[in-house]
Amino acid sequence: MIKPVNQKAWWLVLPVILCVAFSAILPLMTVVNYSVQDIISPERRVFVGTEWFVAVLRDEELHGAMLRQFGYSLAVLVVEVPLGILLALAMPVDGWRASATLVLVALSLLIPWNVVGTIWQIFGRSDIGLLGAVLEALGTEYSYTGNPTHAWLTVLAMDVWHWTPLVALLCYAGLRAIPEAFYQAARIDGASRLAVFRYIQLPKLRGVLMIAVLLRFMDSFMIYTEPFVLTGGGPGNATTFLSQYLTQKAVGQFDLGPAAAFSLIYFLIILLFCFVLYNWMQRVGTSGTSAAGEQGAR
Amino acid sequence: MARIHLDIAHSYRPHPREDADYALLPMRQTFEDGGAYALLGPSGCGKTTMLNIISGLVRPSQGSIWFDEREVTGLAPQQRNIAQVFQFPVVYDTMTVAQNLAFPLRNRGIDEARARARVAVIAEMLDLSGQLDQRAAGLSADQKQKISLGRGLVREDVGAVLFDEPLTVIDPHLKWQLRRKLKEIHRELRLTLIYVTHDQVEALTFADTVLVMERGRVVQSGSPSELFERPAHRFVGHFIGSPGMNFIPVTLLARALAHQAGALTPAKPEVPPGALTLGIRPEYLRLCELHEPGALPAQIEQIQDLGSCWLVGARVQPVAAGNAVGNGVGNGVGVGAALLRLRLARGEVVPQLNQSVGLQLLSPHTCFYDSRDELMAGPSGGVGDD
Amino acid sequence: MSRQEGAEVHLYPFDLQLEPGSLTVLLGATQAGKTSLLRLMAGLDVPSRGRIWADGRDVTGVAVRLRDVAMVYQQFINYPSMTVAQNIASPLKLSGRMAPVAIEQRVQELARRLRIEGFLDRLPGALSGGQQQRVALARALAKSASLMLLDEPLVNLDYKLREELRDEFLTLFAGGGSTVVYATTEPGEALLLGGHTAVLDAGELLQYGPTAEVFHRPKSIRVARAFSDPPMNLIPATAVAEGIDLGSGLVLDLRAALQRLPRLAGALTLGVRAGALELSSAQWPANFLKIPAKVALAEVSGSDTYIHLESPLGGLVVQRTGVHRFALGESVTVGMDPGAAYLFDAKGAMVFAPSPVHTAGAPDLLRAKSAQSAGTR
Repeated sequence: MIKPVNQKAWWLVLPVILCVAFSAILPLMTVVNYSVQDIISPERRVFVGTEWFVAVLRDEELHGAMLRQFGYSLAVLVVEVPLGILLALAMPVDGWRASATLVLVALSLLIPWNVVGTIWQIFGRSDIGLLGAVLEALGTEYSYTGNPTHAWLTVLAMDVWHWTPLVALLCYAGLRAIPEAFYQAARIDGASRLAVFRYIQLPKLRGVLMIAVLLRFMDSFMIYTEPFVLTGGGPGNATTFLSQYLTQKAVGQFDLGPAAAFSLIYFLIILLFCFVLYNWMQRVGTSGTSAAGEQGAR
Repeated sequence: MARIHLDIAHSYRPHPREDADYALLPMRQTFEDGGAYALLGPSGCGKTTMLNIISGLVRPSQGSIWFDEREVTGLAPQQRNIAQVFQFPVVYDTMTVAQNLAFPLRNRGIDEARARARVAVIAEMLDLSGQLDQRAAGLSADQKQKISLGRGLVREDVGAVLFDEPLTVIDPHLKWQLRRKLKEIHRELRLTLIYVTHDQVEALTFADTVLVMERGRVVQSGSPSELFERPAHRFVGHFIGSPGMNFIPVTLLARALAHQAGALTPAKPEVPPGALTLGIRPEYLRLCELHEPGALPAQIEQIQDLGSCWLVGARVQPVAAGNAVGNGVGNGVGVGAALLRLRLARGEVVPQLNQSVGLQLLSPHTCFYDSRDELMAGPSGGVGDD
Repeated sequence: MSRQEGAEVHLYPFDLQLEPGSLTVLLGATQAGKTSLLRLMAGLDVPSRGRIWADGRDVTGVAVRLRDVAMVYQQFINYPSMTVAQNIASPLKLSGRMAPVAIEQRVQELARRLRIEGFLDRLPGALSGGQQQRVALARALAKSASLMLLDEPLVNLDYKLREELRDEFLTLFAGGGSTVVYATTEPGEALLLGGHTAVLDAGELLQYGPTAEVFHRPKSIRVARAFSDPPMNLIPATAVAEGIDLGSGLVLDLRAALQRLPRLAGALTLGVRAGALELSSAQWPANFLKIPAKVALAEVSGSDTYIHLESPLGGLVVQRTGVHRFALGESVTVGMDPGAAYLFDAKGAMVFAPSPVHTAGAPDLLRAKSAQSAGTR
């Protein structure tokens, strides 16, 4: 029986609750509403229960989009995380150089996402784009509008260029938190650069890497603007990922029911993955460290 | 094994001009092979800098260092055959205890069988044999420190082991065990051990030779009993001992002191008259009757029960030189006001608060310091051995 | 009250009543629960069960801002962007009850008392560790709170600085009327500060009482272990007709004492402090127990020597004043005075302690000083 200290605090939170309710919770409820109804016209709505969910899960095109999406997220993680770590290791530790590098590295994070798409769109053109022109001069055939593989690679390269700095900055912060004594001890033990990385830096980066992986996975799984601006989903549906497919369904074909149903499934998939990833990495990290934290302070 | 010789100065500024610019003032020190040394001093005195210069983590801005006959000034730590134990336990979290201990050997390419044998020997010495297959991350602080120590000892060619306040994070009752373990290791392996600390109990119990440092220079170096009995500088008298030496400003008018104290032999033939500081440790300050020769009147202000002894604080009032107070110190020595501390053993009679007592300042263990805080007269050689 | 967090019990249920206006030392190893207890007293945490009273008022759910409490931490916590003078003045400004002139005066007075009047315009980051801790202390004292909590405030400081500040504590807290609670891991510090001591071990309150009494009459082996530096010698024993049998044919003559006690059965533990054992003297009284032993290690700490010995009873530690040299493996005889022995029964509770003449306690310094200053006012 502990009385709360101050009831007045709730009044301060009320405006925020209203805003969030208006912009997030009510729309979410609307989606749920749509997902269980067949909206033939504004006047005629029929309750269909789980019929849309079943239909959506059987949709072949959806399966294709889902597979492409998983492949993409996996590729993003595989490329960006190691690259980010390497970049963080290469960045200077202190002085004006550190500040200058931090600013330079963070620049690509500041660009609006559709501008990123436009930049790369022009970048890849063989007539006025640097990349396109260079590749053509080297003799390779490159067309991100015509060749599906090229389109994939270009979208991937664009994401790496845009988001690796985030991973790098997180890892940089994590590296700064390692006490100097560890490096000194490693020098005395005669450890090679690789051993220092493997046994000191990587284990201590675990927490930070967990955040980086979670963030990048979530963002890449929901990606819409950049590929849409760059390739429009083409050629064909080679780069049509889940969110774009969803939008096509909902907005393009006005199939609100299935789109709503899939939105909810989409939401749950992301939630599930993040939950699993988070718990797995927590357990791997804390099986050694939490017990140590307890006893180390004894 | 290594005999380490230093002839260095160190400054963080490019062009040091005055003393305050130096982290370590120019000095020459030799650490004999197989000796146990302690660098003792308050924060900022330069002891950690000196240790890092010996280990090679810091390069001295001036001068050079020799290990045996080899000049090592430019060599990296791994080329110097030293090991260092830091303040916070450094262990490789992902490895087991055995892998941690074997790490330095693997880096040097020693083969598996030899490495494993050596690890077993060192683990036995450190009482870690039972935990060899446990993950190092889950152990307590003192066990992690033992692993850090073990990583240093496991290399057979290690010449010196350097400690940077290693017992800071250890609980008091475990400190005892670790200190004892360090002494046993010293006895068994006969390595040169250099131990940095600001805790005088640690320094005095661990080392055969203690170097007391203050603001970048070594003020005195000697055995624990030398430092205790004959502090060469007022700072050493203050820093060593818990509580430290009592200091009282005194004025000497004539050479009556030598006669009255009897056993006191000044180090210099003449203890010049004038303002001096008298130093006497709480262990040697005695209570006496007010009418005894050489007694100083004082009033008891504090009594503390320390378990194994009593700590008594007595306030002395100023006595002008030339005033004979009772049979007092008179005839030569004036005394300034001070709170003096004395230790009484368990069985002795403890005075009451506010009681007036006499304090016997002059004893064979009394030291005199001049205006530059250096020792002028004190106990003669051959200090306190039973 | 007790405190439990998830599956971990931070504090087992206990009752504690602090003497008003006194200094209480919380003594225990790290993770013993000292910080948890301090946080409960401050109001930063809430007990899982039980209540807390201050001045007869139930303050269990009251927020820390509304309680009359000041706290000093081991990490020299000060407002980094405010000068020293602003730091010290902050609790006075927040209470809003003092005029600016009065605040200024109080800041000056406190700075003088803590010897930091020369630093009033500096930022805490420019000061040394000891000076920063003095600023934190001045800020805590400025509040004139009725409860002052200190969580190992000296542990990050130099050895000598620690001694100096400790001495100053005694004068600082006297005459203030605040109840002071000081947490530490070092038994020596508890003895130097005096007052009352509460011994904590693994979340349990083991004993509370005047410091000298807790030291000389520990209620159990755990208290004796926690409150002992150097560690107490503990030897397994059993009670026989002639006294206490320690094994290997050594029997300590405690007949007179045993007659006054109920029949002691089962495994007992004999405890003797290192300072109570003696070495190799020719003139021991007849009832001393003589134990042959070999020297394993002699540690000199300037004013004392600690000698580690191997004996038929196991390892022993003897503390002796002065500097003594021993050869390794030298054979000596250890004399144990029956009058200095502690007896603990099979469950670890103390059943016998040395006679009162060994335990004459020192007066509570805080009370004495405040009585003095009250008398002179």
